[in-house]
Amino acid sequence: MAKKLTVSASPHARSNETTTGIMLDVLIALLPAVVMSVVYFGTRALVLTVVTTATAVLAEFISRKVMKRDNTIGDLSAAVTGVILAMNFPADLPLWIAAIGSIVAIVVVKQMFGGIGQNFVNPAITARIILMVSFPTAMALSEWVLPFENTWSADALTSATPMAELAKAAGGDLSAANLPSMMDMLLGKHGGSMGEVCSLALIIGGLYLIIRKVISPVIPLTFIGTVAVFTLIAGGGNVEYMVYQLLGGGLMLGAIFMATDYTTSPINFKGKIIFGIGCGLITSVIRIFGSLPEGVSFSIILMNILVPQIEKFTVAKPFGSVKEKKEKEAKA
Amino acid sequence: MSKIVNGVLTAVGKGRGGVKVKHNKNTAEMAVERMPIPAKVVLPMQQHIGAPCVPTVKVGDIVSVGQVIGDTDKFVSAPIHATISGKVTAVGDIKLAHGMMSKAVTIESDGEMRLSEDIKPPVVTNKAELCAAVRASGLVGLGGAGFPTHVKLNFPDDKNVDTLIINAAECEPYITVDYRCCVEDPQDILEGVYSLQKYLGFKQVIIAIEDNKPEAFKILKEIADKDNDSGDVVKLMTLKSKYPQGAEKMMVLSATGRKVPPGKLPADVGCVVMNVASVAFVGRYLKTGKPLISRSITVDGTAIKEPKNIRVPIGTNLQDIIDYCGGFKSEPRKIIFGGPMMGVALCSLDAPLCKQNNALLSFEDSKNITKKERDCIRCGKCVSVCPMSLMPTNIEKFAKIKDVDSLKKSGIMVCMECGSCSFACPSGRPLVQYMRLAKQILREEG
Repeated sequence: MAKKLTVSASPHARSNETTTGIMLDVLIALLPAVVMSVVYFGTRALVLTVVTTATAVLAEFISRKVMKRDNTIGDLSAAVTGVILAMNFPADLPLWIAAIGSIVAIVVVKQMFGGIGQNFVNPAITARIILMVSFPTAMALSEWVLPFENTWSADALTSATPMAELAKAAGGDLSAANLPSMMDMLLGKHGGSMGEVCSLALIIGGLYLIIRKVISPVIPLTFIGTVAVFTLIAGGGNVEYMVYQLLGGGLMLGAIFMATDYTTSPINFKGKIIFGIGCGLITSVIRIFGSLPEGVSFSIILMNILVPQIEKFTVAKPFGSVKEKKEKEAKA
Repeated sequence: MSKIVNGVLTAVGKGRGGVKVKHNKNTAEMAVERMPIPAKVVLPMQQHIGAPCVPTVKVGDIVSVGQVIGDTDKFVSAPIHATISGKVTAVGDIKLAHGMMSKAVTIESDGEMRLSEDIKPPVVTNKAELCAAVRASGLVGLGGAGFPTHVKLNFPDDKNVDTLIINAAECEPYITVDYRCCVEDPQDILEGVYSLQKYLGFKQVIIAIEDNKPEAFKILKEIADKDNDSGDVVKLMTLKSKYPQGAEKMMVLSATGRKVPPGKLPADVGCVVMNVASVAFVGRYLKTGKPLISRSITVDGTAIKEPKNIRVPIGTNLQDIIDYCGGFKSEPRKIIFGGPMMGVALCSLDAPLCKQNNALLSFEDSKNITKKERDCIRCGKCVSVCPMSLMPTNIEKFAKIKDVDSLKKSGIMVCMECGSCSFACPSGRPLVQYMRLAKQILREEG
């Protein structure tokens, strides 16, 4: 027989799933948030998203080339980072700053540590934090451009985000805070970054990811749940205060799209629970006690760093090992 | 204890992980055909796990069907019988289909298929005689692994083995010979079950089958029901069709809720697991005394012209089998013994069929056969599908840097190489290959 046969280790069947397919699903899940950002902040939101995404993909292409490694833009992970990054920006952010964000995320955080699967912190969040400390005015730590304002003009109306207002509502007393209605919070008619304002769009995206089994619901649920519990306690049982906390700021965006990043979250079930609770805990502490109005990014980046430790302590016992048996006997 | 619904057991213990693999049981309704006797057979001395046999014939000898042509005094081994009658034309090393070398005896047929005088039903009255008879029959696990059956049955009496589990799950895609065995030879299965139960003293016999085989289920149900008058030891258990439902440890867990500890055998938790075709063979052998000289295999795959279930004399050349099935309809890229998940890729068709091979599958190239390998994205799919609760992606990293301490802690030795991790990996990583490497590293470290 002249034909050549492939001889390789089993299995000789592979699933249809691919990295590209997973990243494509994430992009689809981000679509509602992108659409809503364009609805609220106009064409500039779209331009900003295109700039961050294009820069991210280009940065990935060039850095792989420079490092003489194979081209990985086909796996779409750089595009995902670009879109998520745009969702973290205020709509009036100068385009060149946005481009720097993409370059930091892809080149410094991702490729310098070895590319996909190797970065120890989430690229988009790290880039957001770096920009926040480097360009505090442009990144609008306190004043955010409002929806339906002309984001191309320099004097678009800005306002404090609900998070900044909530900081005034110590102990759950909402009377001092100037807050939008609950419905506006859900739909996104309030100040904030492009992608974080519309919680509804983010939740729809999250459900899509869970149904497609791209993410497990464990991290979003434990993360948001922990914040709910702590803000409920901090608000003295004021449910309204708690709901404002959940819908405001970057919680939904962070919990659904950034804390669930494969590379920087634990692989095993128990680890995911600990990770989610940890993120929720740090977010709550920063929001309630810290001088910053928002703590989602810092909570995720801090927990990212702890992932190897969490994984080490939550390794499942192999099938039938003695320890597992003893535990079972003890229970019975 | 497990629940009994309409006289059928449901699984007691539910295994974790596993993957949904497309069944592709194309040959399910194809009755087993007998392939014509080949002009020549090559019988390797290593067709089982354990010690190889030593040829007991020499070039020029005239042999008859069922005559022993290779044996050894080692315990973990099984004798080899002549599968056709004729003249021994060669005794020497050959290359097996997957590339290993083995001593083999070549017999050229005289076309007579003259039965050996040694063939007579064995006299069995107790466990020792049963084990001796099973050894003499040359039986090895027909499900694919090829572990000598008499070794499995010869468990020490102090192990309190109380359960015989008959594996008819056939969770590998494509293969349908076990299904055909259930449909075509229920009487042999029943007789096998009775003898094994009688001489080995099992308290219960559980026949396990996946829920995607309703016809076989119906027939096995009749067997289980027939037994109602005589003590009701035989029970049928349905399992959800999921890969690797038919793995030995998974079977034990489903049937009894017991978990086989790492490095132990099912007998250590009181179970013996046997493939349904092996049980049917035992039933047949005790009646006729005809040793293992032929077996049923599924010939299928995307590249084969006429998929078939056929009964083939052991030692038949693989090319002859392919030719009998109409040859290839397109160029095969990969040919394997066994199922796609755990089968062995072959490097040549000019090699004989061995006892443990239950399928010969040939595939043309497709993205499901070879997936582009990319970097691990730590999605955790390999971890969530591992039925043994391992973390394949971490083990891969440890194996690459030969981190012996971490490998020891990882529990890699319980890995049964079911292939779920590699199957599920979206980055197409050859995880099973690294699992094997990891085990090898630990074995070398001792």
